[in-house]
Amino acid sequence: MTVKDWFEQRKEMQIARRDQDPQIDDSIGKLWVKCYSCNAQLLRKEVEENLEVCPKCGYHFRINARTRINQLFDENTFEELFDNITTADPLDFTDTEPYKKRIAQAKAKTNMTEAVIVGVGKIEGHSVSAAVMDFDFMGGSMGSVVGEKVTLAMEEALKRKIPMLVVTASGGARMQESILSLMQMAKTSCAVAKLNEAGLLYITVLTEPTFGGVTASFATLGDIIIAEQDARIGFAGRRVIEQTIRQSLPADFQTANYLMKYGQIDMISSRADLKSTIAKLLDLHKCEEN
Amino acid sequence: MTILEFEKPLYEIEEKIKELKEISESSGMDVSNQIETFEKQAQEYKKELYANLTPAQRLQIARHSDRPTFLDYVKLMTTDFIELHGDREGTDDRAIIGGIAKIDGQSVVIIGTQKGKNTKENLIYNFGMPQPQGYRKALRLFYHANKFNLPIVTLIDTPGAYPGMKAEETAQGTAIAVNLREMAKLNVPIIAVITGEGCSGGALGLAVADRVYMLEHSYYTVISPEGCASILWRDASKADIAAEALKITSEDLLKLDIIDGIIKEPLGGAHCDYEMMSNELKSTIMSAIKKLKKISPDKLREQRYNKFRKMGVFCQ
Repeated sequence: MTVKDWFEQRKEMQIARRDQDPQIDDSIGKLWVKCYSCNAQLLRKEVEENLEVCPKCGYHFRINARTRINQLFDENTFEELFDNITTADPLDFTDTEPYKKRIAQAKAKTNMTEAVIVGVGKIEGHSVSAAVMDFDFMGGSMGSVVGEKVTLAMEEALKRKIPMLVVTASGGARMQESILSLMQMAKTSCAVAKLNEAGLLYITVLTEPTFGGVTASFATLGDIIIAEQDARIGFAGRRVIEQTIRQSLPADFQTANYLMKYGQIDMISSRADLKSTIAKLLDLHKCEEN
Repeated sequence: MTILEFEKPLYEIEEKIKELKEISESSGMDVSNQIETFEKQAQEYKKELYANLTPAQRLQIARHSDRPTFLDYVKLMTTDFIELHGDREGTDDRAIIGGIAKIDGQSVVIIGTQKGKNTKENLIYNFGMPQPQGYRKALRLFYHANKFNLPIVTLIDTPGAYPGMKAEETAQGTAIAVNLREMAKLNVPIIAVITGEGCSGGALGLAVADRVYMLEHSYYTVISPEGCASILWRDASKADIAAEALKITSEDLLKLDIIDGIIKEPLGGAHCDYEMMSNELKSTIMSAIKKLKKISPDKLREQRYNKFRKMGVFCQ
């Protein structure tokens, strides 16, 4: 191995590590975590207190749906809805593992029932209906349950005449439900049409990562589209594109900054500013109440 | 005509019969009885062969290089077709073609993905893989149809929306998403037919319709079997197994209540008889338009919403 190879390999390993789930480094105890971006050893507690953002370099770690809800909603205002809707296995799908087993594993790992939590709550006093996705549950993939719960949340917004907020984190449609997953794109987008017709504000927050069928449906249909700092967002995956066009892509391809440059999103927000930004938008669009 | 791997035994039998005929002609020997028996047997074998195809074999028919394309159907099924080009924003994507035409005297806006039959054509049509600008052209034509109260017909045969750098930079995901949402708002009847490959969001972006049909051997899926196999099995050669597991055939989708009907193909596939195929297609489209035209716009939108609203299977 040449020195050049060694550096090449090290770089690849670093990139690969960034794609993995955040993991506590057991060799140095559960008190510490390592930042994938700047490699700094960080106190777990310090990262937590900093909204899961690296205090050294500002890298935004991926966070799960419950943490996100705690960060965005006023204390004790979020009321979860429709958690009775759970996964079926309509196609009796088995790849290298049965779908049923994958679901059971995801449930055990995340303590969630599916890849999205929906409900109503308040953000700096403003009522919103919300759907918050969780990448840890099967890559945040959208099958029948995710599509149904997102649609129900939008219908709840319609019923209560309140704005709709979606926070996305998803690899795309769930292959194990095949065509039924594809149809969730149509279902959720038709529900957005209803929000439009009712004149209700719809805000989407795209977080790391948002891809495939979620990008090609409700995620990019927001009246206001916010990307969280460090998020990667796209339709096709980087590797698929590289294989198709047979050339390597720029390093910042499909990052929030890249999308901003190409006019696809309204703004980029740091996690620290996200709640106040959403609250301000809700306030600016408020017209009749008072 | 391209002979598919599983068709080879049939092709060989047909060749033998041809040979036998030639021999009998040149030698003057009367073997017409035998030939007749062989032909009957070959016909029965053919029927059985095509009735028992695996999903992977049907995939080959759906992707057959001689399969009729959008422009073939336009030529055979419509009159007075006038193509309307471009997205009005700088691009005329050739993978999606649209225009106005008459079908049995009824004016319609007809839009479809276009594939080529050889490499040269495929380079023009980008193998039927639209760019975002193609979806935006389709959207412009949807609005045109809506404005002039013309029913919309979409014919879909695509391996998917193009995964390219420029496609991402010009918002492929958004272009598809906007079509899904805007199709829900249209006041005119929409009929979508999957004529070959109905792959993923790239197909759905033209298929939020009041009636969705599939040609018998076409397929409709969230991801190509090859893509699925390489992700879930980490082995693209498991595509046949993935094709089975994904439930992509017209019969599967009818059973799952995703489509409204199957349009029968000629024996051997659509490419064996263009005329018969386009007649079948035309009569299905026309009878749907006739029924849908009687429904008020409000009711039509409501029914379309409810159609997609109920899709999905879960426990409660």
